Amino acid sequence: MTTTPPPPPRPGPVSGRGPSDFETGLAASPQGVARFEAPRRTPLAGIQHLLHATPTLVPVIVLALSILVFGLIAGERFFSPFNLSLILQQVSIIGILAAAQSLIVLTAGIDLSVAAIMVLMSVVSGKLAITMGVPAPLALGASFALGTLAGMLNGLMVARLKLPPFIVTLGTWNIFFALNLWFSGAQSIRSQDIDAAAPLLKFFGNSFRVAGANITFGSILMVVIFAVLWYVLNRTAWGRHVYAIGDDKAAAELAGIRTDRVLVQVYALAGFICAIGAWAAIGRVGSISPQSFYEGNLQSITAVVIGGISLFGGRGSIMGALFGALIVGVFQSGLRLAGVDVLWQVFAIGWLIIIAVAIDQWIRKVSA
Amino acid sequence: MNREPILKARGLVKRYGRVTALDDCDFDLMPGEILAVIGDNGAGKSSLIKALSGAIAIDEGEITLDGQPVSFASPLAARDAGIETVYQTLALSPALSIVENMFMGREWRRPGLAGRWFRALDRDRMRAFARDKLSELGLMTIQNIDQPVETLSGGQRQGVAVARAAAFGSRVVILDEPTAALGVKESRRVLELILDVKSRGIPIILISHNMPHVFEVADRIHVHRLGRRLCVIDPREHSMSDAVAYMTGAKAPH
Repeated sequence: MTTTPPPPPRPGPVSGRGPSDFETGLAASPQGVARFEAPRRTPLAGIQHLLHATPTLVPVIVLALSILVFGLIAGERFFSPFNLSLILQQVSIIGILAAAQSLIVLTAGIDLSVAAIMVLMSVVSGKLAITMGVPAPLALGASFALGTLAGMLNGLMVARLKLPPFIVTLGTWNIFFALNLWFSGAQSIRSQDIDAAAPLLKFFGNSFRVAGANITFGSILMVVIFAVLWYVLNRTAWGRHVYAIGDDKAAAELAGIRTDRVLVQVYALAGFICAIGAWAAIGRVGSISPQSFYEGNLQSITAVVIGGISLFGGRGSIMGALFGALIVGVFQSGLRLAGVDVLWQVFAIGWLIIIAVAIDQWIRKVSA
Repeated sequence: MNREPILKARGLVKRYGRVTALDDCDFDLMPGEILAVIGDNGAGKSSLIKALSGAIAIDEGEITLDGQPVSFASPLAARDAGIETVYQTLALSPALSIVENMFMGREWRRPGLAGRWFRALDRDRMRAFARDKLSELGLMTIQNIDQPVETLSGGQRQGVAVARAAAFGSRVVILDEPTAALGVKESRRVLELILDVKSRGIPIILISHNMPHVFEVADRIHVHRLGRRLCVIDPREHSMSDAVAYMTGAKAPH
């Protein structure tokens, strides 16, 4: 389809080469191709543009506001260094899962199996180290390898078999959960047994005190994972390819990116992060229960969505997921300290999810 | 024209089931020229272009680049050989910046430890290079090289895609319908851009339905019909209505 009308056919050879007759009128028309003078914007449109450029701003503002509001309501008890560090501890496992989830959501996928992989891997390392007497470092190494493999299995089905990520991971969620029950015999491993046989498994439960705050190694691990992923996603070619795939997979492919390979790598990395999360979860919970974190899959998606990462892929910052997880933690802690029934905490989180997605849709409508 | 073609194809055949898209097709691109490829819908021009750019594997025939036989397993292989294609869809990632799009899939890393061990991108050097390439092609009305491609107009996006091809296409640049989605004024800019690229000595294959554009910039016109090359005409010696007549079979070339 052409936008220019065809000129009347001229008999004989075309004489002059250059712009066609119908274009002579162009000389009189304005010559600028496209200027970038900032159009006058209403304050609302200005905000929309700002958010489009910095998508992490929404969760940052919500986090700051919610800390402020709960600080005013619950006062000292909420604002104490101890309570703030407790929030960090409480969100650390879901935060790590959200980091893995973010990688996949950035490729326009979704992973319903992250928590299932994590729990399965904590059972694997626990069972190996405590029941079977494998040296703890070896048991952990095995769980990292298997976690990566589990993620890779998801990735292969998504990239090579072209199955929808939602369906693939819905399937593997069930598969991993069943394997977990089978391998653990539906039995928990008690805290004392871990202490006796392999205290290394509870490494991330250790903590130190700074100015009244109680910082666990697990909380630090979560922050380190986010920092490393931020670097990888924003400062390496591979990270930019992850964004490009989520943005427009066909375009990325034509631009020379091996999209299938990168997708498999993304899922495998997510599986690896889940396995690290498994180690941290043993420290956080103290024991190893095959029934734990059953809602972790959806909680990680909640953190990612509240963090402003678009479920349509390619947009948002991984740091958003950290803020998303923290917002959930702050709400839960604040509402509890304010004496509000647990059901209203769930109610509030529900609205947060819907509002976050509504804001994402609104930001995406911004045009040139 | 005594010189050897830079890109040559002989006896290309491509079948899709019972449909023969390319039927013993020949093709020649001379160094430094703009060769337009025209043909009616379904004539097989896009199959020809895909065969040359590595997007499809041919069933029979031979392609030589600079006299060397080549066979491209993927667009990536063709690109590594120096054949850059600007697809009609442009293959740009809308949410990523102009620089990121120009370097997509061939990013530069920082020298030393940061690049080798931490795989850090050399963002300053990539920005400088992209800025150079865009201003060489007179595209610096684009002010901020870090702005997302989705904030650009259609013509500017086309400009970015052409600049990307020209910056890295060492041997051949293929343009698929570069003006099809553009208005009159933006088309004019893109045509100037094409002539600019040509003046750098890079030969161009231009696929277009727009006869005035083809007749304006092309040095030779490859008329494609029924899966093969019907003839190659000189735009200075033939009229547009001749070309359309050949293309549709209303008239036989002499």
